[in-house]
Amino acid sequence: MADILGVPVQVLMGQLLIGLINGSFYAVLSLGLAVIFGLLNIVNFAHGAQYMLGAFAAWFLLNKLGINYWGALILAPLMVGAFGVVIERFLLRRLAGVDHLYGLLLTFGLALILEGTFVHTFGASGQPYAAPAQLTGGINLGFMFLPWYRAWVVAASLFVCLGTWLLIERTKFGAYLRAGTENPRLLQAFGVNVPLLITIAYGYGVALAAFAGVLAAPIFQVSPLMGSNLIIVVFAVVVIGGMGSIAGSILTGLAMGVVEGLTKVFWPEASATVIFVVMAIVLVLRPAGLFGKQA
Amino acid sequence: MSRTAWLAVVIAFALVAPFAIYPVFLMKLLCFALFACAFNLILGYGGLLSFGHAAFFGGASYITGHVLKEWGVPTEIGILIGTLAAGVLGMAVGVIAIRRAGIYFAMITLALAQMVYFIFIQARFTGGENGLQGIPRGHALGLFDLNDNYAMYYFVLAVFSLGFYMVYRAVHSPFGQILRAIRDNEPRAISLGYDVDKYKLQAFVLSAALAGLAGSTKAVVFQLASLTDAHWHMSGEVVLMTLLGGLGTIVGPAVGAGVVVALQNYLAAGPLGAWVPVVLGVIFVVCVLAFRKGIVGEIRDMVKKSF
Repeated sequence: MADILGVPVQVLMGQLLIGLINGSFYAVLSLGLAVIFGLLNIVNFAHGAQYMLGAFAAWFLLNKLGINYWGALILAPLMVGAFGVVIERFLLRRLAGVDHLYGLLLTFGLALILEGTFVHTFGASGQPYAAPAQLTGGINLGFMFLPWYRAWVVAASLFVCLGTWLLIERTKFGAYLRAGTENPRLLQAFGVNVPLLITIAYGYGVALAAFAGVLAAPIFQVSPLMGSNLIIVVFAVVVIGGMGSIAGSILTGLAMGVVEGLTKVFWPEASATVIFVVMAIVLVLRPAGLFGKQA
Repeated sequence: MSRTAWLAVVIAFALVAPFAIYPVFLMKLLCFALFACAFNLILGYGGLLSFGHAAFFGGASYITGHVLKEWGVPTEIGILIGTLAAGVLGMAVGVIAIRRAGIYFAMITLALAQMVYFIFIQARFTGGENGLQGIPRGHALGLFDLNDNYAMYYFVLAVFSLGFYMVYRAVHSPFGQILRAIRDNEPRAISLGYDVDKYKLQAFVLSAALAGLAGSTKAVVFQLASLTDAHWHMSGEVVLMTLLGGLGTIVGPAVGAGVVVALQNYLAAGPLGAWVPVVLGVIFVVCVLAFRKGIVGEIRDMVKKSF
């Protein structure tokens, strides 16, 4: 088997695949953050906790109600998204008109409450969640072994990202969303129910996080703190990409996953910090982010 | 009562307090109060929400712990080195972070602090998960044995007073005026000819260094430097202390720190020990929704209204 720069191809491809999977999660999560940020102008610090809620919802559905993975993939995002709608209606809405930093602080408090409650109830260790029977096993591609479930995660994430992009860039509803991002008052004057739009945007962003959580459940186990460090990496991804563009946040997410995977091959010690280093470099060279509009 | 009278009462209380209250608890409180006051300089007066101050607090405690333990320097020098190190780290983080404002500033400082945290996990001198244990307290000025909790308390009180005075001076100076001008209307400050980025960076470095002073002192008090102090939960806690006490008030952060530390100590002893993060989260939500001026801010407004 050939080597590339002294690294066996299997190792390289294996890490690339892991990078692509992590990148898929980064993409879905930063996409959700971008949708929320666009209309609410807040950074949803509870995004990691809501991702964790998605995974736990899947776990509950399976163990308490006997609803399998495929059902959970639809139901868990709906449940957590509905929870997000409640948060928006009763908490975030009260912050309209005050400094955007308070939105960040409020969602930070929510993240502490959610994660603290789950740690207390389930302990910090993970609950196993089996991949669906249809997706066990894998295929030998000659240069590497590709587990079906991992291929599915990448495909499903890309599908959801693409669907969201189409929804926002190519439909009438998406046009309303974009108009709400640009100028909510003018949109309201045209007779569009902007507060409802904001609620939907938050619910959708949260549902995306929960969807990522369900996808992640069979790979990483279901644990209360699964989203707590992840969200910081996603923040860095968002800063790198800039929140101005939907396509930008998807591409940046995937790219950063791959960069992380490659670093794991060539310089394992740096793999935990490489995304933050990229962020620092991007901020020096292009402060608005790769796809951001200059503020 | 006049301002001077209040000050005299507080000083008198601080001097006799260790005979009524457990000194180690008081020292912890003073360290966090200084940390929150330092943080308030950048958030309350500079209008920049740093979510990475744990890196300076925890980083300084590691550096101080290391030089006290391995180099055997006097305690004051060890604390000074830790403080300077935090200032240098603050310079590095600040140069990058002030390129963006608002929520981006918060996300960038958080991400950079997380990077520092990972470096602390991997670096050898930090002792990984165990942290640095058995840091010697040494002697103050070569005379007073700090292993005595009362001597240590007065040493910490002196450090706190020095740090608090520095924050007070910085806020009540032309520098502080300009900082507030930038916070309230940045374009106007620019049009008046101020180098806005320079002032922001100076405030950030000063805030980081004083946070480091607090972290270094805490490491000496507890003879321990650990990952907890560098974790982003700590960054969140200091935001909470400042917010709860009152953003942009001079004593608010110290009051907030007192409430949070007392609450943590009280809860940790009882059956609610495991619920501390949840309780902090609830306080966060309530503060943001109903109580944005904080304890001192609300009291100040009440006093203003009634006269």
